[in-house]
Amino acid sequence: MRVTSVSTFPTELADEAVYILRETAAQFERPAILFSGGKDSIVVTHLAVRAFAPAPVPFPLLHVDTGHNFVETIAYRDWLVSSWNLDLQVRYVQDSIDRGRAQEERGKYASRNILQTVTLLDAIEELRLDACIGGARRDEEKARAKERIFSVRDEFGQWDARRQRPELFDMLNGRIAPGQNVRVFPISNWTELDVWEYIREQNIPLPSIYFSHERDVFDRDGLLWADSPYINKTPDEQPYRAHVRFRTVGDMTCTAAVSSRATTLDDVIGEIASSEISERGARIDDKRSEAAMEQRKREGYF
Amino acid sequence: MDLLRLATAGSVDDGKSTLIGRLLYESGSVPKDKLAAIEAASRRRGAEGLDLSLLTDGLIAEREQGITIDVAHVYFATPTRRYIIADTPGHVEYTRNMVTGASTASVSVILIDARNGLLEQTHRHYYISALLRIPTVVVAINKMDLVDYSQTRFDEIAAAFRAMAAPVQPAGQTLRIMPVSSLHGENITRRSAHLDWYDGPTLLEVLETADAHQRSTLPGRLQIQRVLRPRNEGALDIRSYAGRIASGTFRVGDAVTVLPGGRQTRISALAHLGTPVEAAEAGQSVSVDFVDDVDVGRGSLVVPTPPEGRVGTTGPTSSLLPDGEGEGRTGRPGPAQLPSARQQLDATVCWLDEQPLRLGRVYLVQHGVQRVRAKVTAITGLVDVSTLQIGAPPDTLQLNQLATVSLKLAEPVVVDAYEENPPNGAFIVVDADTSATAAVGFVAADRPAADDDF
Repeated sequence: MRVTSVSTFPTELADEAVYILRETAAQFERPAILFSGGKDSIVVTHLAVRAFAPAPVPFPLLHVDTGHNFVETIAYRDWLVSSWNLDLQVRYVQDSIDRGRAQEERGKYASRNILQTVTLLDAIEELRLDACIGGARRDEEKARAKERIFSVRDEFGQWDARRQRPELFDMLNGRIAPGQNVRVFPISNWTELDVWEYIREQNIPLPSIYFSHERDVFDRDGLLWADSPYINKTPDEQPYRAHVRFRTVGDMTCTAAVSSRATTLDDVIGEIASSEISERGARIDDKRSEAAMEQRKREGYF
Repeated sequence: MDLLRLATAGSVDDGKSTLIGRLLYESGSVPKDKLAAIEAASRRRGAEGLDLSLLTDGLIAEREQGITIDVAHVYFATPTRRYIIADTPGHVEYTRNMVTGASTASVSVILIDARNGLLEQTHRHYYISALLRIPTVVVAINKMDLVDYSQTRFDEIAAAFRAMAAPVQPAGQTLRIMPVSSLHGENITRRSAHLDWYDGPTLLEVLETADAHQRSTLPGRLQIQRVLRPRNEGALDIRSYAGRIASGTFRVGDAVTVLPGGRQTRISALAHLGTPVEAAEAGQSVSVDFVDDVDVGRGSLVVPTPPEGRVGTTGPTSSLLPDGEGEGRTGRPGPAQLPSARQQLDATVCWLDEQPLRLGRVYLVQHGVQRVRAKVTAITGLVDVSTLQIGAPPDTLQLNQLATVSLKLAEPVVVDAYEENPPNGAFIVVDADTSATAAVGFVAADRPAADDDF
């Protein structure tokens, strides 16, 4: 594995991301950054600030709120929006449920992760967004490895792996028909370590749950789950106190913790560089089946 | 740390996925949980040992068919360098994907099965690597274990490859031919006693030393993406211009010319990713301020002002198609010359869309970030990607076909010949009705007589 006391981050990846964000602003009328409070969307937002400086970021952030958040994420989001002078739009999964647009899952693995898609597609329609900028990376998962930088979706948000536009050199074709929209992935070519090294290099504050803290967790399927009112535990799933941190920050029902004492960025980067578990290994939503991600993407998931 | 992009190509059974899996595995880039998943899947499929090809074979459809169907991106790192592999299939019908994957590559890796020697695909892969002027081409003659590590067999295939490549090889392109066994990990990252007659570098050694910055030595080209205006604009209209440098290097104080139009000014300030810098080079996203209030907009091209007496176009040269005549002239940074604003272009195009090209129909030509309406006025020759011969022009162009064409544009684009300056010499063709990316084109050198009927 790589030695990481020195940053190995290739600046070219930031150049590429800034180029993509500038193209998004130029080629679309109403783009938005899909902001989850996770480190990837934080990095995309930071790159957008740099891409347009000294002018303001010319599009808003959109947060699809499942209601099952880590409180630290929401506090961080609000801090970021005010200190970086951004425009934030929030849409709630609870509203989609209340309106009968989505139905709550039941049972031990109940999660609102999939329901987010309904709220997102409704928000795209309501705000008439023609481009949604996301922090997905090709290295996260096999189906993502084939995703384009400008990925065209039909009006149902569907992704068709066989009918993607080829992307040649760095020319981006964002021309779309009415009803279509584009998902934009400026950090497609980054790895997890790149994201962390960029955060360290740029000294970007993160939500506290990315660092080691004490929390009530329980064991399920070989992973550490954060105890919360949103999770249906079985009687034998007994919470206990542990030092943990999160490698990805999604909804509380689909993000597992890892045992960690890493309290600084250097510690975290050290752990990742020597890690033997890939990042999405701690995402419960991908474990449902080997082809889980591709299935969700076809249905409009980010 | 720098980043090297490579494209892999090979036909379905050449062991391309295994080769990539081997690079990942031996560079320590495979996490334990992924390795465990592959072990389990290998057992389910009855593979012997670890099937490393499973590391890159992604989508459900291709798992069912057992082949790779699109461009997949794979990432790995060594202590020296970061790598992005665009893994592209070798199937006859997927020339389009190969061109796509190869378009950003500094290194192209072509696999040959030592038992089969050169196949039709081998010609196609190399032709595309030559057309795109990829700086380094590695020919990995794979499955050497299945031909008893025979040096004679290797020499035979290597000679055949050189003979095939010679007529079209661009000047300055490095060709490395090497024997490997990706299944056994021989000559990928480690040498092998079985191949002791081979004294050249391993695949990884070639990758670690390949030049990833050749674009910085070409003449400067910066296409403007966007005009940046600060939020609290006062009486002074202060503007910066944002773009990504396609080639060359720009410095504060440089005399520059804005095309089209030809207005001259100097660079008063440069910022790279928001931080002020004295100089910036190819690949960097910058914002630039000028001394004078010049009219610059999206699509404007900023180039170094040529010294007195050198104003002119890149001059008469031969066709883009590699034909031998180009050797010795290309691949070097020329003197500072202005690219030409052109409304008529000759180009080699690769058709990428299922809907065939229709002559006379309106398309959009996108050169960098600039899009103009255009028509293909003539197909002048069909390129046989397997024999590398130019045949009689067809009436139309189908998916995966390559041809030389003439285009007429509604507005001028400021381009270089692809062979002179690849980053400023390529374009895509967008279907005006479906918005599909229908083709990619490589601008041929200007013909002196081409502009007089416009």
